[in-house]
Amino acid sequence: MINTWMQKRQQVNQALDDFILVVGLYVVNFVTNTGRAFTFFFQSAPLIFTKPFRFDEVIKHMEFVGNKSVLIICLTGAFTGLALSYQIYLGFLLVNATNLVGPTVALGITRELAPVLTGLIVAARAGGAMAARLGTMRVTEQIDALEVMGVNPQQYLVAPRILASLLTMPLLCGVFDFIAMMGSHFLCINVLGLDAAIFWDRIEQWIDPGDINEGLIKATIFGVVFSAICTSRGYNAKGGAKGVGEATNQGVVNSMVMIIVMNYFITNFVRLFYLVTE
Amino acid sequence: MPEAVMDAAITLTDLKKSFDGGKDFVLKGIDLSIPRGKITVIIGFSGTGKSVLLKHILGLIQPTSGSIKVLGQELSRMSDKDLIRFRTNLGVLFQYAALFDDMSAIENVCFPLREHRRSLPSKEVLEIAERKLIASGLESKHFHKLPSEMSGGMRKRVGLARALALDPEILLYDEPTTGLDPILTEMVDNLIEQTHQMHEGSTSVVVSHDLFAAFRIAHHIVMLDKGKVLLQGTQDVFLNSNHELVQRFLDKGLRRK
Repeated sequence: MINTWMQKRQQVNQALDDFILVVGLYVVNFVTNTGRAFTFFFQSAPLIFTKPFRFDEVIKHMEFVGNKSVLIICLTGAFTGLALSYQIYLGFLLVNATNLVGPTVALGITRELAPVLTGLIVAARAGGAMAARLGTMRVTEQIDALEVMGVNPQQYLVAPRILASLLTMPLLCGVFDFIAMMGSHFLCINVLGLDAAIFWDRIEQWIDPGDINEGLIKATIFGVVFSAICTSRGYNAKGGAKGVGEATNQGVVNSMVMIIVMNYFITNFVRLFYLVTE
Repeated sequence: MPEAVMDAAITLTDLKKSFDGGKDFVLKGIDLSIPRGKITVIIGFSGTGKSVLLKHILGLIQPTSGSIKVLGQELSRMSDKDLIRFRTNLGVLFQYAALFDDMSAIENVCFPLREHRRSLPSKEVLEIAERKLIASGLESKHFHKLPSEMSGGMRKRVGLARALALDPEILLYDEPTTGLDPILTEMVDNLIEQTHQMHEGSTSVVVSHDLFAAFRIAHHIVMLDKGKVLLQGTQDVFLNSNHELVQRFLDKGLRRK
């Protein structure tokens, strides 16, 4: 009896140890990879300002990150605006405060949902493509070829991608804001029958340009975060097709986790900033 | 004093490399002089450190200790910026050509010219690229094909044309015949020879495990074993060598032929 109990206890202890080990390894890997990505970013970012300037590359990547993400951003923005408005309407209906649906939705969208969802969508779409592209270039010796040709690969491949993401993300976030609010307007006015004048008047009353700017600043930071992480993972990929797959997977997952974690800290930092300046 | 030592394009002195902090050395003290204006073939069994040696010559890997002098300049003392500039003196044909897969054949050749000859008008860049591609034996109908649309031999030709674009003083070939059929292998060997003859005074370094290529095209042969130079010299030096490993390598190569 005692022996059985001891065995079970040992098994539980072993399982607990394994669980802690797995979680610990994941955390260590995550922190190491993120640290590498930031070191990589600080090596690559100054290269944006070194000659030869690569405007063509920046425009090409802006087109890829921005233009080709617009449709999916519009789609996500519209349905986020619709769903959020409906939930907030239902909640506020309980306390007879439906005239505050507009500003509440606007606050949620501009400060939080637009930058975070834009960051997550673009990290998955463009960030994944960046990691896969650079990873493939690494394992097929194309990056080595650039180096032996006397071209700095980080300046040619990484810096334009980071700059393009940094410039494009606030624009995409602005598009998300606009489309989500259009969705909210459509639902609240055309479906739920709220008054359009009150809806927009309350938004004007409660929303500052600072709220919109907060979202745009967050989106810019998220652009830097996902492009730095994904290019770093791709650039340092090893081991053929498997390595490229792993680099892409880790790049996207790390970017998404970092965007969500950083969003919380940026929100606190911005609030603190307003508190101090006001 | 041997000719190679007197006029060396590349000199390696006591070159050592370890990837695990000194526990195990891939290169265990290489002393080597690659003669200027000649074709040197570096041969050896797989895992003897040939590719690592090539990466040292290109400055892609820093040695653990020792010296690497290329065209009289010490690579290990160069800053990254100087090294990048210096590499324009070197042209490399990679094992699988390493062509940029989003660029056509001609764009691949134009790329180094656009990077380093910025004052050249676009028309002239295209003319130079076309000349290099024709010299490498690529027909003009393939100029606008992407690497994915080309055969292995065509890709090698484009890779060679790209390596030659800046008229480098030293041309390096990393396993140029690996994975090719015997006809293509002969074609690549001929290409190396012709290119060397066309670029008078240039130095060619071929890293290969193909003994016949070495015997057909090389003026100077270097054999590596376990991270050290086992033997170097002309074909006669190798044929007359009594070293057991050299004999084994020769026997296997000859039998395969």
